[in-house]
Amino acid sequence: MRHEKAKHIKVLPGFGITLGFSIFYLSIIVLIPLASLFVETASASWAKIWATIADPRVVASLRVTFLSSFYAAVINVIFGLLLAWVLVRYKFPGKKLIDGIIDLPFALPTAVAGIALTAIYSENGLIGSLFAPFGIKMAYSQFGITIALIFIGLPFVVRTVQPVLQELDQEIEEAAVTLGAYRWRTFRAVILPELTPALWTGFALAFARAIGEYGSVVFIAGNMPFKTEIAPLLIMTKLEQFDYAGATTIALLMLCISFVMLLVINFLQWRSQRRVIAS
Amino acid sequence: MAGATTMVGSKEAASARPRHVTETAPFRWIWITLALLFVGLILILPLLTVIIEGLKKGLEVYFAAITEPDAVSALKLTLIVAVIAVPLNTLFGVAAAWAITKFQFRGKNVMLTLIDLPFAVSPVISGLVFVLIFGTRGWFGPLLEEYHLQVVYALPGIILATTFVTFPFVARELIPLMQAQGPQEEEAAASLGAKGWQIFWHITLPNIKWGLLYGVILCNARAIGEFGAVSVVSGHIRGETNTLPLHIEILYNEYQFSAAFAVASLLVLLALITLIAKSAVEKRQQRLAASQKSIN
Repeated sequence: MRHEKAKHIKVLPGFGITLGFSIFYLSIIVLIPLASLFVETASASWAKIWATIADPRVVASLRVTFLSSFYAAVINVIFGLLLAWVLVRYKFPGKKLIDGIIDLPFALPTAVAGIALTAIYSENGLIGSLFAPFGIKMAYSQFGITIALIFIGLPFVVRTVQPVLQELDQEIEEAAVTLGAYRWRTFRAVILPELTPALWTGFALAFARAIGEYGSVVFIAGNMPFKTEIAPLLIMTKLEQFDYAGATTIALLMLCISFVMLLVINFLQWRSQRRVIAS
Repeated sequence: MAGATTMVGSKEAASARPRHVTETAPFRWIWITLALLFVGLILILPLLTVIIEGLKKGLEVYFAAITEPDAVSALKLTLIVAVIAVPLNTLFGVAAAWAITKFQFRGKNVMLTLIDLPFAVSPVISGLVFVLIFGTRGWFGPLLEEYHLQVVYALPGIILATTFVTFPFVARELIPLMQAQGPQEEEAAASLGAKGWQIFWHITLPNIKWGLLYGVILCNARAIGEFGAVSVVSGHIRGETNTLPLHIEILYNEYQFSAAFAVASLLVLLALITLIAKSAVEKRQQRLAASQKSIN
């Protein structure tokens, strides 16, 4: 700090108080509470931690959580790209409205989304009833969980791809066309590589959000142990049974995975920024 | 000039061939239709469902559900929580953005990552950590019991969990915005003898007001709608520690679907207001940025 001071003459006031308050508030609200997870897990015996991790029900819940999140993120990447493309490149009536409503999952409380999606995809629902005669259960299955996670993750992909697509230099596309490339080839060889970093970032954001999601999923999931029970719900269950050590172990496991995701996101953002600067 | 002529040249060359710079009309309409179908199915249908299901049993049932004492107290609690959590996080957001964007210091990137941390944590875990600290079997559990204080399963716990979950919103909006604007204007004011508060009120705030409002709107929407974290620390005591989303859950689990959707429609209204305010603010922010660019 002293070293920085010497290099940069500070003209503006308020450095000490704003940084001091920020660090204090960050510690009180975020860091100390999160540290409690580590302390709680560390105070448990290894045997107990291992028993939790190796519990087939825990493994199954993590499997359901990660697989559903993965499927949802993949679908979000495909349709997120399509939506971003349509919103940036085409003109059609109602475009502004659609653009505005993309952010709905950020604004709508997850519990509301959860009960609404359940009503639509359950046996008597608008869409669920179409599939029920064929014996296909949409709500209360992993399909239902995936639907809820698609809802939650969609804006992450659209909002990361959209600005990149907007900034994309169309002259390169024109050059590709003058060189005789067809549209599909132009898209694959010229446009898609430019969008790839943003697509990865959007994927990672949607995936990370889906792993932790609770509110929209619990209603539509059915919450059957080993089948449609997600990891956050299992944490809740353990907590209600006062199994603090079990709950924190699962939480810590999820947190570690989320942290790795965050690192990957930052790396991808850094790489995509570097590409933009380079070009 | 030379650049312009070559561009025109290339366009002419392109039009000599079959033009593939945009998709052919049929393809355009296929993509648009697909995109609209997806949005309709995933986003718009749930919205309509809430309204239709809420009104299914008539206006009387609807109004009874939203004026019932438990619903009103849930609404009150939700507003109290938002009124405390949002200003706290706004204060933090402004302070953190000021420190991070106006000064150089070591560990800045670490701090940026730590600010984002609550977004990477499952809402359930966000609630869990406060149970570990303040719960009956938590660190301060015995101490709190001795003084007959309750944090978890009471208002303070709900406020803490909500504050945790909504922590990054304002800071996240302000930091990139203030980073782009740079410290030059403030430094000029300071060199002319302006005091800290004067600089903030007259220089910084007018520049960031729309971004700030944007962050506050998002923070507020999440604070009111938070479910997972609050669910862990609330204790679900009807009329006491139930927020609106939790009240919806209870109604739903009791098979009072119409009532659940009626209360949910209040939150749909909040979401729509949030979206409208958001796009209005976004437009203002863009206009402000454009006018600043033209001045510079």
